[in-house]
Amino acid sequence: MPLGYLLRRLAVFLLIVWVAATVNFFIPRLSGADPVRERLLQMAAVGGTGTGTVEEVIKSYQAKFGLDKPLWQQYLFYLWDMARFDFGVSITRFPNSVSGMILDALPWTLVLVTIATLMAFAIGSLFGALVAWPRAPRFIHALAPPLLTLSAIPYYLLGLILVYFLAFTWRLFPLGGGYKVGSEPSWSWSFIQDAAYHSILPALSIILSGIGFWALSMRGMMITTQGEDYVTFAEAKGLRPRRIFLRYALRNAILPQTTALALALGHVVSGAVLVEIVFGYPGVGNLLYQAIRTFDYPIIYGVTFMVIVAIGLATLILDLLLPVLDPRITYQRS
Amino acid sequence: MIAMPARLERTQDRMGQVLRGLRTYPMLTAGLLLLLLVLLISLIGPLFVPREGVQVGSAPPDQRPSREYLLGTDTVGRQILAIIIYGTPLTLQIGLIAGAIGLGVGMVFGFVAGYYGGALDHLFRGAADVFLTVPGLLILVVIATTFKGAVSVMTQALVVSALAWMYPTRTIRSQVLSMRERGYVQLAKLSGMSGPEIIVRELMPNLLPYLAASFVSAVSAAILASIGLEALGLGPQNEPTLGMTIYWSLYYTSVLRNLWWWWAPPIVMIVIIFVGLFLISAGLDQVANPRLRRAA
Repeated sequence: MPLGYLLRRLAVFLLIVWVAATVNFFIPRLSGADPVRERLLQMAAVGGTGTGTVEEVIKSYQAKFGLDKPLWQQYLFYLWDMARFDFGVSITRFPNSVSGMILDALPWTLVLVTIATLMAFAIGSLFGALVAWPRAPRFIHALAPPLLTLSAIPYYLLGLILVYFLAFTWRLFPLGGGYKVGSEPSWSWSFIQDAAYHSILPALSIILSGIGFWALSMRGMMITTQGEDYVTFAEAKGLRPRRIFLRYALRNAILPQTTALALALGHVVSGAVLVEIVFGYPGVGNLLYQAIRTFDYPIIYGVTFMVIVAIGLATLILDLLLPVLDPRITYQRS
Repeated sequence: MIAMPARLERTQDRMGQVLRGLRTYPMLTAGLLLLLLVLLISLIGPLFVPREGVQVGSAPPDQRPSREYLLGTDTVGRQILAIIIYGTPLTLQIGLIAGAIGLGVGMVFGFVAGYYGGALDHLFRGAADVFLTVPGLLILVVIATTFKGAVSVMTQALVVSALAWMYPTRTIRSQVLSMRERGYVQLAKLSGMSGPEIIVRELMPNLLPYLAASFVSAVSAAILASIGLEALGLGPQNEPTLGMTIYWSLYYTSVLRNLWWWWAPPIVMIVIIFVGLFLISAGLDQVANPRLRRAA
């Protein structure tokens, strides 16, 4: 892999991280007032008993952000903090550090989103390839309209429907949460089993409405590859249809599809954040939701930054892997 | 006297053309019909259902659907039927405004980047790519929490439009790139047309179906984003948009309390809107790209 490509791709990643940090810094300041400060003052005014801690928070907050310094200095301080993943302390759950709370929540989201997205991608791509394949069994074509309709429903609304039927009415799955109430997260076998059981419905809502999306773009790629000379040649050679399907058409159509995966990650995570709220799943989506409800700004900014960094990292890895998988991709910019 | 029948014939001709067009593009037709259905509900509904129904306490709480309250009521005594009738156009409005802004900005960026190339192209395409990979909802959350408090439908549309330009920018840019070297563009250049003139008089008319398709997908994406924000509680608190209805039904745990008539109707409306918009944009793609017609 040429060094130039690697460096350029790394630069894009750093650019994304920088944009995330800058958005977090400047947008709140656009409104003129400082929302964090306002929120703190408001808390001090309301809570007569808690004023002691509020003053502490304000003090730590002012020292940390150097509010008496000019804006450009504050900005540089801010970037330095972001680079060390230091997001300050939670306003409502002082003195818990925001990065600690995010670290507790992030694994839940990462596991759920990764597994559900990969499954939706695999099932959807295979399904889309079969839809475009003239020799595919009949039932595949019958399945296409309902699956496409499902893909028009946002993940979390599909989740709501699933909860109502599968958890509330038929009681097959738990109503929400990430694990049984009262149990402590641990690496024991029974806990992992319980957590997996709780994650089936959230994952299912991401998978079901994802299949149609991936199937649609895969179908397009398959139609293109089927018209290629090498497929016609393989047919003329008398190769088995199954071999032509898997080795000639599918193999070549799946690679551009992987590029689409890298582009869609942000969209998928946005949806997953809302799924967590519907299910009360203990990931970053729920943390964000609680923070929005209590106007806990450091958490809102911290979650935004961390998720963007995580997605930037995932697309970076995908982009570095792709040229290895697909020799047709050139490193040069078009 | 002679002109009259000729003009009549021409109108009939055009009607026939439209009808034939609708038959050639079944997806487009189906999508338009679905959206027409949604529009009819919000146009005819107000004739039968008074607006008071959307107000808190206008009816007893938690009523099942009955003859008096056709779709039941929610926990704070709002009538669901009225919410659907008066809330759906608000959601569409947010989508249309944000989609139009997104398409407008995307057209400027896309045409400039595609036609002029060079540093401007790097800048606009780079910006679009960076913002496309980022989870838009979170950026919108940061924007929306800054303007907390009384958000209006218009503010909501403006917030959502902040991230509605990237996709149009990308698609328009790539289309312009493929057209830039065509004969008629070269001819226009040789005959002394300026850049902006070529963009408006030569490129835009030829890209009309693409522009329409990207407007429809921008509207759809904007509605998705606004419903997502509203489901987090970051929307017009005092307006019965579809997303706010979902938020309140989640807030009052309507699923666990078996109040299905609260969350099901907004979901049904949202699905009809999304399926309709999807079919329209897929249909417009077929118009713009005849190769897809054979494959379908």
